[in-house]
This record gives sequence, C-alpha cells and structure tokens, in this order.
Amino acid sequence: MSASTSLYRRRRLVNAVAIVLACAAALFGLAFLAWILWTLLSKGLANLNLALFTQDQPPPLEEGGLRNAIVGSLMMCGMGVLIGTPLGIAAGTWLAEVGNNRRLGTVVRFVNDILLSAPSIVLGLFVYAAFVMQTGGNFSAIGGALALAFIVLPVVVRTTDEMLRLVPVQMREAALSLGVPQWKVTMQVLYRSALPGIVTGILLALARISGETAPLLFTAFGNEFFSLDPTGAMSAVPLVMYKFAGSGYENWERLAWAGALLVTLFVLAISLGARAILLRNKPAHD
Amino acid sequence: MTDLHLDVAHPVRGATPMQAPATKISARDLNFWYDKFHAVKHIHLDVPEKRVTALIGPSGCGKSTLLRVFNRIYALYPKLEAKGQVLLDGEDILDPKYPMNRLRSKVGMVFQKPVPFPMTIYENVAYGIRHHERLGKAEMDVRVEQALRQAALWDEVKDKLKESGLGLSGGQQQRLCIARAVALKPDVLLLDEPTSALDPISTSRIEQLVEELKRDFTIMIVTHNMQQAARVSDYTAFMYLGDLIEHGATEQIFSNPSKQQTEDYITGRFG
Repeated sequence: MSASTSLYRRRRLVNAVAIVLACAAALFGLAFLAWILWTLLSKGLANLNLALFTQDQPPPLEEGGLRNAIVGSLMMCGMGVLIGTPLGIAAGTWLAEVGNNRRLGTVVRFVNDILLSAPSIVLGLFVYAAFVMQTGGNFSAIGGALALAFIVLPVVVRTTDEMLRLVPVQMREAALSLGVPQWKVTMQVLYRSALPGIVTGILLALARISGETAPLLFTAFGNEFFSLDPTGAMSAVPLVMYKFAGSGYENWERLAWAGALLVTLFVLAISLGARAILLRNKPAHD
Repeated sequence: MTDLHLDVAHPVRGATPMQAPATKISARDLNFWYDKFHAVKHIHLDVPEKRVTALIGPSGCGKSTLLRVFNRIYALYPKLEAKGQVLLDGEDILDPKYPMNRLRSKVGMVFQKPVPFPMTIYENVAYGIRHHERLGKAEMDVRVEQALRQAALWDEVKDKLKESGLGLSGGQQQRLCIARAVALKPDVLLLDEPTSALDPISTSRIEQLVEELKRDFTIMIVTHNMQQAARVSDYTAFMYLGDLIEHGATEQIFSNPSKQQTEDYITGRFG
C-alpha cells in the first residue's frame, strides 16, 4: 500500500519535472523567434511606406525605395517556379508511377535528395559556370531564375513523388479496373487527389527561394536601376539587403530592414496560404 | 441483352445448384506466383453465371490473389505472374492478346477500402462510362441514375450529385464504388472483402445489395466472415495455402463438407 503510493508520488514528480523541462525548451525556441520578429518589426515597420514600392534604390544618403529589387525578386522567383515546377512534377510523377519499383528510380530519388540539400551557393556557381560564362559572362535575370529553379526542382520532385505515393493503392487499382489507361488515371484521378499537397510544395519552394541571396550573386548580380529585361542584370530584395545592411549609411540600413520585413511577411503569407490549402482539402471522412 | 430471356428460363430467385446454371468463368490449372512464392496452385474452378460465389479461407490462402487474376489487376505490379487459363465466356483472358479494355469493361471490381475518386458523386459514376462510350448529357444522366439505383444509393444522393464523393459516409462511399463498377454494365463483379471496413448496418445493406445484384451480374466475393459467405453466396470455394480444397453449393459446404480441412475451418478450429 505505502509502496504503491510512494511509487505513484515519484511518477507524479518525474512527470512534473518532464513537463517543466519540455515547456522551458519550447519557450527557449519561441523566445528567439519572437525576438527575431520583434527586431524585424521594430526596425522595419517604420520604413514600410509607399515610397518603398514606387522608388528605386537610392545612392547613399538619398531617399529612395526598393521598387527595382521588389520587381526583380518577383520576376526571378516567378520565372524560377515556372521553370522548376513542370520539370519537377514530371520527374516526381515518373518516380512515383514508373520508377518506384526500379533501380533507376532509387538512384534518381537519392540524387534528388542530394540536390535538395545542396548549398544554394553551389547551385549559383554551377549556373555561373554552365550558363553565365557560356553566354559571354553576361549576368542576367534568366541566369538568376535558373539558379532558383534548381532550388525549386528537388522540392517539387520530392512533394509530387510523396503526394502521389500517398494516394491509396486501391484508388489507382479502382481507376485501372474501370479500364482507364494508366496515363489517364494519373492525370485525371491521382493528380486531383495529390493536388493540394503538390501546390503546397510549390508554395513552400517559392517561400524558400524568395529569401535566397547566394545563388543570385553570380547570376543576376544585382542592378541599381529598374529593369524588366530578363537578359540583363537584375536586382532582388535579398541582394540589396546584402549590400545595404552593413553599409554604414543610415538610409541604406533602414531600407535593408524594410526589405527584410517585406521578405519575411511574404514568406509568412505563403506559408499560411499553403497551410490553408492543406486544411481546406482535408477529407471529411477518412 | 440476350441474357434477359435466359433469366426467365432460369429464374434466379430460389435457384438451387440442381438447375446447373451456365459457367461464366472457368479457371483451368491456374497458378500464380509472387516472384518465387507460389500463391495459387493448380486451381480448377467453374464460376456459375448470375450466382454469388464466395471465396473463403484463412489469411494468406490466396483467395484475394485468385480474385485479382480474374481482371488481371495484378498485372500492375512487376514480378507477379499467372499461368494457366482463365476462360471468360470461353475466351482465355490470360492470353496477352485478350484486350485489357474489354476485360475491364466486362469484369468490374470493388475493393476492401471504399475509395471514391476526388470528384463529384455524378462524376465518380460517369468517369468509367466516359472512357468506354460516347454518350450525350441526357443519356449519361440516365446511366448514372440507373447505376446509383442499382447500388441502392440513388435516394440518398439524388439531391447532391454535384457534391464531392468524399463527403459520403463509409457505407455510402462503398455503394458509390459499386455504382461506379456496375455503371460499365459488366458481366462479372469481383468484390474483395467489400464490407471489412464497414460498420454492421452498412455491411447488411451491402449484403442485401449483393442479393439484388446477382440478378444482373455474376458475382465473386472474397470474405473473411464465414457467416457472410453463408448468408450471401450460392456457391462457396474454400482455399488453404494456395490450394482449392473444396468447392460446391454453399449449403453443402457449410452443412456437410466433404473434406476435413473445410470442416475444421468452418467450425472455427483454425483460421
């Protein structure tokens, strides 16, 4: 009797200690996140104004905005997603539907995982050597978009592959047992089922590349002036942040903080959007 | 269809095996391998037309495997191989020259887990039809209604045909899958443990449905539930370790089996 109550008391104590430790660890992590967000908001919020979107980056000590960088970021991220997504979906579909049981499939999946974790600066250097140098050392937005596409590609391959393999085997068999050929089953049934997951993957890839600096350094290079020419050098928000943040010029540093906040809000919005898509498509019955 | 007047000549209700219905499917020395594992061994089985034949046996005995040979759905996976003959109306469906399209339109299948396609209820039923026939909107509406009625689902979904099939309950989803299969007007329906994921009430609805469906279709049902086999089937085949131990009228198999193994399984001594 007394043995069991003391055992019970001991368990309660261990449980309480474990809960306190777990909460402390969670708070520790959250505190840094809150600190980062607070710093961003307190330094960046004051600089979010209309001029940020209507004026281009200024010389030191002059007023200006980030229009050229914002437009450049949107263009290159958009192009990167447009290049990386179709290739990624095609490759992911091959992996899930054809390569799944083959040795080549295993190899491709492995190589894709390596690409997924490749440092982005390496991808930038690769595009520099394979594209920029081959086009006469000409920095261009296309080069930047290609480097970003190499980041998008493995993410989309991975999510497409995984989402298609998550579709119940019986869904595939049910569609095939109606006499529908495999390619139609994939296009009309499996994609529909996997679509929310694939779209989420694309959005997360977009969120990831919108903050990338390294792959753009030797490809898009950056441009102080507004440009819509994809064959020429182009600016991007992270590139301007990289140049402005430690410059010592007070107005440049303010713009860098504004840019940081802008990118963070963009990523946050995309992540929320991705989450919303996933939640909305949760089936009512399992 | 010509089967209609056959129906009159051999009314199915109250039919006994004495009337010896025509054979629809006939397996001849059928063998099946999962790579090197011999899962189905030298099976000879005649499946009578417009009757329900139940396949029973302990897990891993090959009953689902056998069912999956009859529409060649196994061909989806590498390293699986069927040898022997499966005659459907006298033609060997294992012959590579037998068109898959025709086979799949003649032999429908319903699976263990209800898997409606991520489409509307209407589209779920129309999807398969579209692939085989070109129908106008009005004709398609008729076909969809007919299939949903055959699956005893029409009254529950007629006002929400444009809603997603995923919003239905499990039992309704399974009847939707049955509607989807019968919409192609197949000759044969293969049911692979169609009620094992359903609650008792949904299960009894499906069982009633099977009773009605056998007027139009030759049905093969795999089940773990011996009471279910006894309730719904006219014929029962008992399999064990890949062998077909015994096959005959359900009444006879359950009341007076001729093999000791069958009796042991049915009386619950193993399995």
